[in-house]
Amino acid sequence: MSSREKTLELLRRREKAVKGGGDEALEKQIAMGKLNARDRIIALLDKDSFHEYDLFVEHEGRDFDMEKKQLAGDGVITGTGTIDGHPICIFAQDFTVAGGSLGLMHARKITKIMDHAIKMRVPLIGINDSGGARVQEGVNSLAGYGEIFYRNTLASGYIPQISVILGPCAGGAVYSPALTDFVFVVDKISKMFITGPEVIKTVLGEEISMEDLGGARVHAEITGNAHFFAESEYECFQQLHRLISFIPWNNTRKPLTYPPRKPKKDYKIEEIVPDDPKMPYDVRDVIKAIVDASDFFEIQELWAANIVIGFGRVEGETIGFVANQPLVLAGVLDVDSSNKAARFIRFCDAFNIPIVTMVDLPGYLPGIDQEHAGVIRHGAKVLYAYSEATVPKITFILRKAYGGGYIAMSSRHLHADFVFAWPGAEIAVMGPEGAANIIFRKEITTAANPEEMRQKKIKEYKEKFANPYVAAAKGYIDSVIRPEETRTFLMHAMNVSSQKSEERPKKKHGIPPF
Amino acid sequence: METSEFEIFELNDTRYRTTINKKFAQRKSWIPHDPNKIISVIPGTIEEIFVHENQKIKKGECMLILEAMKMKNRINAPKDCTIEKIHISTGDKLPKGALLLEIL
Repeated sequence: MSSREKTLELLRRREKAVKGGGDEALEKQIAMGKLNARDRIIALLDKDSFHEYDLFVEHEGRDFDMEKKQLAGDGVITGTGTIDGHPICIFAQDFTVAGGSLGLMHARKITKIMDHAIKMRVPLIGINDSGGARVQEGVNSLAGYGEIFYRNTLASGYIPQISVILGPCAGGAVYSPALTDFVFVVDKISKMFITGPEVIKTVLGEEISMEDLGGARVHAEITGNAHFFAESEYECFQQLHRLISFIPWNNTRKPLTYPPRKPKKDYKIEEIVPDDPKMPYDVRDVIKAIVDASDFFEIQELWAANIVIGFGRVEGETIGFVANQPLVLAGVLDVDSSNKAARFIRFCDAFNIPIVTMVDLPGYLPGIDQEHAGVIRHGAKVLYAYSEATVPKITFILRKAYGGGYIAMSSRHLHADFVFAWPGAEIAVMGPEGAANIIFRKEITTAANPEEMRQKKIKEYKEKFANPYVAAAKGYIDSVIRPEETRTFLMHAMNVSSQKSEERPKKKHGIPPF
Repeated sequence: METSEFEIFELNDTRYRTTINKKFAQRKSWIPHDPNKIISVIPGTIEEIFVHENQKIKKGECMLILEAMKMKNRINAPKDCTIEKIHISTGDKLPKGALLLEIL
């Protein structure tokens, strides 16, 4: 064979393999409102940056007539590329090839690119679109999944791992996204569940549609398994681009520094918090008043909305925000918000991102359902996450900080590095009304006019305790500052803490209340 | 932001103005468990009933078999008791939390 013939052979094989499952399967994919795997990679990555590996890998299934079947790339596309210049490793399951089902070689392709990402120390992105385990390969499929989950765990906290669910991701398969740092879902396209509607119907007799059981909205709003929700695949890719800009390539680096920008003039920080301490405001406005270009990238917006998490930049440096949201349930901490905050704090700590906490909460959410759901254990996760974090921790107490909530929200006692309070801060065991009823109960019940006495005692307590000066007198906060000074103090704190180094007792690892 | 936009959320004698999320609004009220009501803890099918009404049985005796999750689950008497009423028959497909028997 001449050189030219060999080249033509290569081009012929390439052309066949990139067709995936063929034109008919491709049409079905488009009819379902989904892009095909190859197009997804092209749309997501920088132009001409994708280099594919293992295009010619073939499956080795021999049961159930599998040897007669040719599956292009064994149903998954793997390789490397860049997103806005950031290098990444990527795999995208191809639903047009045997339903994107996972066989041993399919899994080996994925684990190979995962090992590559770990060695090269770059983020890993996985586009999931698969019918699940390839039944014909039996235990080999299970082995494949196991090998993937193990690597997800080894890579956790070492390189950022991102999952994009652009199709079904069911049964065992869904544990891979659950182990990764960020999960992207798209309305009507993403489906995630352990057991599907058919099995639930057969075994338990309960009826539910795929969308209601594990559709994108369910995971964005109810389960908290998803971090970003999009209406279309293209919107999803835009969100992914934004996320990549805020996170580092691996755990030994900091995120990229961007040119510093001032916040937009529309956000006047001193006007956001109402005078009446019982009236709400959107804490995201406070965040937007201090971050560069007022650009706040919120995470898990639709779940546990009583706490707000996300990324922003100050003087070009990325920081992670955790903020109580008085607009929802008065900003209380509960099971879901504790989980949401704790995991985000761990991500920021693993990847050298300073954590800024904005505190305004009246306490924990009471309720039998909360107690029985284990709010004790879940609330403890926040305490654990903050205590163990060694990245710079900067706290701003905006308004209420009562009781256990004050401690949990990155207080000095959990070794926050900088704790500032606004003049309207109320750092106390509880609110004036509750405190008055407990501490001054005798005076109130024995008074000639109990209601008048009650109001008098509330006022007394407010003046004496519901302010930042008691805590300031004890050195529990560093400074009482004006709202307009917040960004300046934050910039100062970031400058001073850029070389921070803190040790923890040497141990294999702690035992967080999982 | 207008006061009227928000609902009242009371915590420790303080009434805050805020919005209530779906999960909180839809939370189920807690019903204390009546020890004399035997409830199914898992959806399944009644395979066999071993007792009849007014029968006296001892703690631990098997009252019925509930087939669920490919297992024949033995539902045993929680204490020495008399069977007051049987609400089910063999072959019934039941959801979780269905009333099976009443004992005394």
